[in-house]
Amino acid sequence: MLNYFARRAGIAVVQLLGLALVAFALIHLVPGNPVRTMLGARATPEQVAAATRRLGLDRPLVDQFGSFVWGLLSGNPGQSITFAQPIASLISERILPSFLLICYGLVVAIVVGTPLAVFSAVRPGGAFDHGTRLFTTVAFAMPTFWLGLVLALLFGLKLHWLPVAGYTSGFVGAIRSLTLPGVVLGLSLLVIVVRTLRTSMRKVLTAEFVEAERARGFSTFRIVTRHVMRSAVMPTITVLAVNVGFLIGGTVVLEQVFQIPGVGSLLFLAVEHRDYPVVETIAVMAGAVVVVLSLLADLAQALMDPRVRLGARTV
Amino acid sequence: MTVGDAPPLFCARQLRIAFAGASGPVEAVSGVSLEVRSGEVLGLVGESGSGKSLTCRSTIRLLPHRARLTADDLSFEGRDLLALSDRELRDHRARNVGMVFQDPFSCLDPTMRVGEQIAETLRVNAGMDKSAARQRALEMMELVDIGQPDRRYLAYPHELSGGMRQRVAIAIAVSCRPKLLVADEPTTALDVTTQAQILALLQRLRQETGMALLLVSHDFGVIAQMCDRVAVMYGGYVVESGPVTSVYRAPLHPYTRALLSAIPAIESAGKRVRRTGIPGQPPGIGEILTGCPFVPRCTLAQTACTTIDMKLQEVSPGHANACPVTTEAANASPVTAGDNGARSVPPAGLPGVNAAMDVHHAVPSADGAEHLMQP
Ligand SMILES: Nc1ncnc2c1ncn2[C@@H]1O[C@H](COP(=O)(O)OP(=O)(O)OP(=O)(O)O)[C@@H](O)[C@H]1O
Ligand code: SF4
Ligand SMILES: [Mg+2]
Repeated sequence: MLNYFARRAGIAVVQLLGLALVAFALIHLVPGNPVRTMLGARATPEQVAAATRRLGLDRPLVDQFGSFVWGLLSGNPGQSITFAQPIASLISERILPSFLLICYGLVVAIVVGTPLAVFSAVRPGGAFDHGTRLFTTVAFAMPTFWLGLVLALLFGLKLHWLPVAGYTSGFVGAIRSLTLPGVVLGLSLLVIVVRTLRTSMRKVLTAEFVEAERARGFSTFRIVTRHVMRSAVMPTITVLAVNVGFLIGGTVVLEQVFQIPGVGSLLFLAVEHRDYPVVETIAVMAGAVVVVLSLLADLAQALMDPRVRLGARTV
Repeated sequence: MTVGDAPPLFCARQLRIAFAGASGPVEAVSGVSLEVRSGEVLGLVGESGSGKSLTCRSTIRLLPHRARLTADDLSFEGRDLLALSDRELRDHRARNVGMVFQDPFSCLDPTMRVGEQIAETLRVNAGMDKSAARQRALEMMELVDIGQPDRRYLAYPHELSGGMRQRVAIAIAVSCRPKLLVADEPTTALDVTTQAQILALLQRLRQETGMALLLVSHDFGVIAQMCDRVAVMYGGYVVESGPVTSVYRAPLHPYTRALLSAIPAIESAGKRVRRTGIPGQPPGIGEILTGCPFVPRCTLAQTACTTIDMKLQEVSPGHANACPVTTEAANASPVTAGDNGARSVPPAGLPGVNAAMDVHHAVPSADGAEHLMQP
């Protein structure tokens, strides 16, 4: 078991290093001078040289990569160009709304998706199953920004239930400001939750032990909640963890539409202003979140599944 | 047994189970009639696909989703199983019938400790509280000969051997003291030594609790060792049924005879003789729509056989045969009819493992049975 943990953690470290390398390479190895691109065509050679020195771009690449990684590890990834602020404080000011938004989306997807998946799986091919498929597909197919605007129009402008845009801190404020984008985000993830959970539930439901439990007189409710779900949630957890990347992508658009001052809208601004250090840092952070979550998902799966936990000790 | 007029424990009359096929429904069980009486052991033999499992599962109406079941009568202790509500059906499954499946590797929840699976059954079906259920589960594990129950209670299914898992499955099945235990090829997936142990365990549990046992096997030796009566199935029908001794000594139906001649005999030296299989293939379901399903493989087949009604006819007390040709012959000369040479009869009562060995010894040699199969 410890062996498995160590191996899995080792893989995660390699993934993270690779991620940092790619983010780094994107800026330093692409043809053309990033500083010139950043400062624009009218910058004088002196300005370019100064900026290059300030960003440390004149040092050897290995050195630069080293300090880039060190900066990330020590929590001080350097200075933003456009905002004239340390990147660390820039991000930490904005991380909470984004974090809450992603959680909100996840909660919506899980809370809405689980019953849909369960009832579809119990009666495959039934009316509920077809209805669910239609609903989740439509929810998935609708562009996030469009759905966001429609909901903002309906619940914000027409019904005045929720703010149209903007962010208020504090518990109630955050909930109110994040409900519309959270629902949109959750709906876009819904199809993944429902499909994955439904598929793995179908597989477990046709297992012979389910038949054996029916023979014991157990109710479908007990079989599903006490037995089938135990085996079926694991793949869903993994898939969800991997798809947090998808959610992070979603926040970029939604924070824009709903004017939430989060990391997503910061990324949007940074790209707009060619603030490469900020883009680089956010990219690595987002990737790191995905890598770490899938690591945790694998470990959780190992902890929950005795067959993984104890290794292949089948007699 | 002094049963008197009490209804049989389980009774099926003209049980039919069909599946929707490409061109209309296809029958897998085509009119099976059988009874399990209180406390008796009924064996069900027959080739793969003859409908044994489906027949077994009809005792608790646990059939594949797409299966359609009809019957003139399907009852347990006189109660119509077809009229039960979902709730009543679950009660029936929980209280009256225990079921042991063929594959102990897949019939337990892989994510749950085996002891907890026994305890859960006791909590849900017998309404015990947590600690009582745990205590009783440990006792059950002891009852089915699982050593070190305290330790094994905490094991997951994959940590146990096949035999141990089957013991757990049996503990679950008998935990709520069912009146009928249905064991569908409970030893097929196990090695020979374990098979004998599991059969001995079933025998002991049955004697201790007095529950009835419906035991499926495609090994007549096992049936002879364990059962009071036997029903032989072929192509979705019961083709012959009767007391094990009678069916074994004087098999009537050509399929039963072929089946008995196919039992591997053990020579005096202890060497196994080559298995004489039955030539030909069993029918695919839906292949034969009228008459006797054994026609393509039967050496006695006549034109009339393709149109006969598959009805069991009693030849001697309790011994019934669905083949009119051999029934007629038997009625004509009752002493020698169907007597397939000398056979030793398993001792009355409950023959043990040794008796089964005797049975193997006594099976006529491959040559002796050959005449049945010759054209
Ligand atoms: N879910 C199903 N869908 C379609 N046909 C089925 C289904 N289950 C069983 N059958 C058919 O019913 C027939 C009888 O099946 P059953 O499992 O009762 O046979 P069996 O006598 O138990 O055979 P075995 O010795 O292999 O267990 C088989 O030929 C099979 O094709
Ligand atoms: S009815 Fe005819 S085909 Fe069927 S078993 Fe008897 S003799 Fe053979
Ligand atoms: Mg079977």
